[in-house]
Amino acid sequence: MVEPVGLGRKNLLGMADLTAEEIFRILDTAASFREVNARDIKKVPTLRGKTIINLFFENSTRTRTSFELAGKRMSADVINISASSSSVAKGETLYDTVATLQAMNPDVVVVRHAQSGAHVFLARNLPRTVVVNAGDGRHEHPTQALLDLLTIRDHLPAMKRQGFAGLQVAICGDVVHSRVARSNAIALNTLGARVRFVGPPTLMPAQAEQAWGVTVHSDMESGLAGVDVVMVLRLQNERMNGAFIPSVREYFEFWGINRDRLNLAAPHAVVMHPGPINRGVEIASDVADDPKRTLILEQVANGLAVRMALLYRLCGGRHGDERAAS
Amino acid sequence: MNGADCILIKGGRVVDPAHNLDTTADLLLEGGLIRAVGRPDVPAGCRVISAAGLVVAPGLVDMHVHLREPGYEYKETIAGATRAAAAGGVTAVAAMPNTNPVIDDPSVVGYVLEKARVAGHANVHPIGAITRGLKGEALSEMGLLQRAGCVAFSDDGRAVMDSGLMRKALEYSRAFGALIIQHAEDSALVGCGCMNEGVTSSRLGLPGIPNASEEVLVDRDIRLVALTGGRYHVAHLSTAGALTAVTAARVRGLPVTCEVTPHHFALTDSAVGHYDTNAKMAPPLRDEKDRQALLEGLARGTITVIATDHAPHDIDSKRVPFCQAANGVVGLETLLPVSLELVRDGVLDLKGCLATMTCNPARMLGIDRGTLEVGKVADLVLFDPEEAWEVDAIDLHGSGRNTCFQGRQVRGRVKTTFLAGRVVHRDGT
Repeated sequence: MVEPVGLGRKNLLGMADLTAEEIFRILDTAASFREVNARDIKKVPTLRGKTIINLFFENSTRTRTSFELAGKRMSADVINISASSSSVAKGETLYDTVATLQAMNPDVVVVRHAQSGAHVFLARNLPRTVVVNAGDGRHEHPTQALLDLLTIRDHLPAMKRQGFAGLQVAICGDVVHSRVARSNAIALNTLGARVRFVGPPTLMPAQAEQAWGVTVHSDMESGLAGVDVVMVLRLQNERMNGAFIPSVREYFEFWGINRDRLNLAAPHAVVMHPGPINRGVEIASDVADDPKRTLILEQVANGLAVRMALLYRLCGGRHGDERAAS
Repeated sequence: MNGADCILIKGGRVVDPAHNLDTTADLLLEGGLIRAVGRPDVPAGCRVISAAGLVVAPGLVDMHVHLREPGYEYKETIAGATRAAAAGGVTAVAAMPNTNPVIDDPSVVGYVLEKARVAGHANVHPIGAITRGLKGEALSEMGLLQRAGCVAFSDDGRAVMDSGLMRKALEYSRAFGALIIQHAEDSALVGCGCMNEGVTSSRLGLPGIPNASEEVLVDRDIRLVALTGGRYHVAHLSTAGALTAVTAARVRGLPVTCEVTPHHFALTDSAVGHYDTNAKMAPPLRDEKDRQALLEGLARGTITVIATDHAPHDIDSKRVPFCQAANGVVGLETLLPVSLELVRDGVLDLKGCLATMTCNPARMLGIDRGTLEVGKVADLVLFDPEEAWEVDAIDLHGSGRNTCFQGRQVRGRVKTTFLAGRVVHRDGT
């Protein structure tokens, strides 16, 4: 296997695989692609002739749309396959689905799957194809972490910080089921930031301190004290009724992000959320709607740029060439 | 004496843990029985097999094996699993009842015994279900099952969760002196867990299974043993905490025993690596602290049995994302070499190590095997304790290739296996 020059690796399976240098290379490329997305004609020929398959075994609107747009804006042929419309519904095994895809020789397969490790299964069985993990179970969601890092990096000057080193980030809520939390914790660690997990003990992963070098807080008051970034996680509907937390109203009362709690963080602190948000569950509406504190829509915009950058680099492009290609 | 069906195994290191024997000697077999040990007079025409440099030991007894037949012949058959046993030097296996139909009726016991007899690779001793259909609702017919040939009772694959029913099982089993083998995992604490709960499960984003899932049931069961006096055995014990409980129960003189598998004493949950479904089994591989406790339990003699929990699967049951993969690994053909690591590491001496796979389980199950005593059936294994080889699933003899020891460099190779004086396996075949 000849490694593409763009990223020094074939696949993006998780943030655990990326060095700080590789992360910054992707972020720098993403920053240039934002310029393309601001144009009147938002299409460049960079990936013309490449085939990208978005293979989504789990419902997703924003991530799938973002990958689809990213591919299309770079002129790739993009196919979306979702579990409900595919032969998965007819009982085909994942192995056979993947073997069928391999026979069609796509350049990139972007996969989302409810099972942790499904991306590894695909990468193993798609030796000739670039595999991008768009979320595997509760394990990793690396492009979410990359777009979060890009968003944070834009705001570092306002936080009077030179870089990520020493940055304090609180990841709040349903950490145990969250691939977003894992990818961000790993990536922020790689870049030298300090991460806290904050939430009810039933929603914290086992031995998180040893697993990621984070600190764990069961109360928001200590968890948010002085932090620069508050990352709020979505509480899945199926966790709300007794098995993990007693009720939504108790959850919001003790772990929801509201004005008062946000005031415990640093004065310049920003709020992020991977979406879709549950207003009145993990985040109060007035916080969610405050554009000075909450970066949710910037995250979405950056998601598109990051995915363009990633696809471009995994397909062999170098930073600095992307505009020439346009 | 007539030399026609006579075999002399000459010059081997004869190890018979049942009689505390470890010496260089000859072994004379005749009529499928052990006729003499030492320097016997050899009848004319007797076949001579040199065992120089080899260990001559009783055929191994594995008290925890899944044969998959009847019902799951696409995974493995009685003939295939017992062929793997012979290749591993195992001449007797106790067969768990989670087949389809379940071994909860004498007719199924008869079916299994007949299939094993026809295959002729190893002795099979069925284990009956504790509860009918393994449903955990009503006791199975232990008396009739025992009379048909069952050597113990277990709902292996799942625990008897109902405390009242477990009490009744332990009580009722006393009428027949039967052994109750518990798969000690609290199903509510296991939940959707698919590997050991800890740093590795957290990093991989896999739901974890806490040690407490085993410990709470072992603790409960030991109290029920104290209440009832039933004979109780913990299958595939995996945690330090459960071992502490078993140790305390044995000190109190309660009829409590336990077994450990080679994978649990040789590996930790780090073997899951990048979602390797061949490192998935129940109970799961634990952490290094637990592994060390198991080694100590073996060294101190609290753990008296090594058993494989041999669980063959077809490729499709394992070629799926980790949480969806079937539990279980094959073990019959790696039992001896992986256990011999205990000897090289100074945990047990060779005699003590072999005891856990011969006389100890044989006594526990009440089967007349596991020794080289004169007059006993000549089930034995000849192995080279030093020969190095690499485990490769492709070389295994059974249908199930799901080994968690793939690529492991091991030492100790079975050269010949005898079943009632007949060669059932020769290395290289």
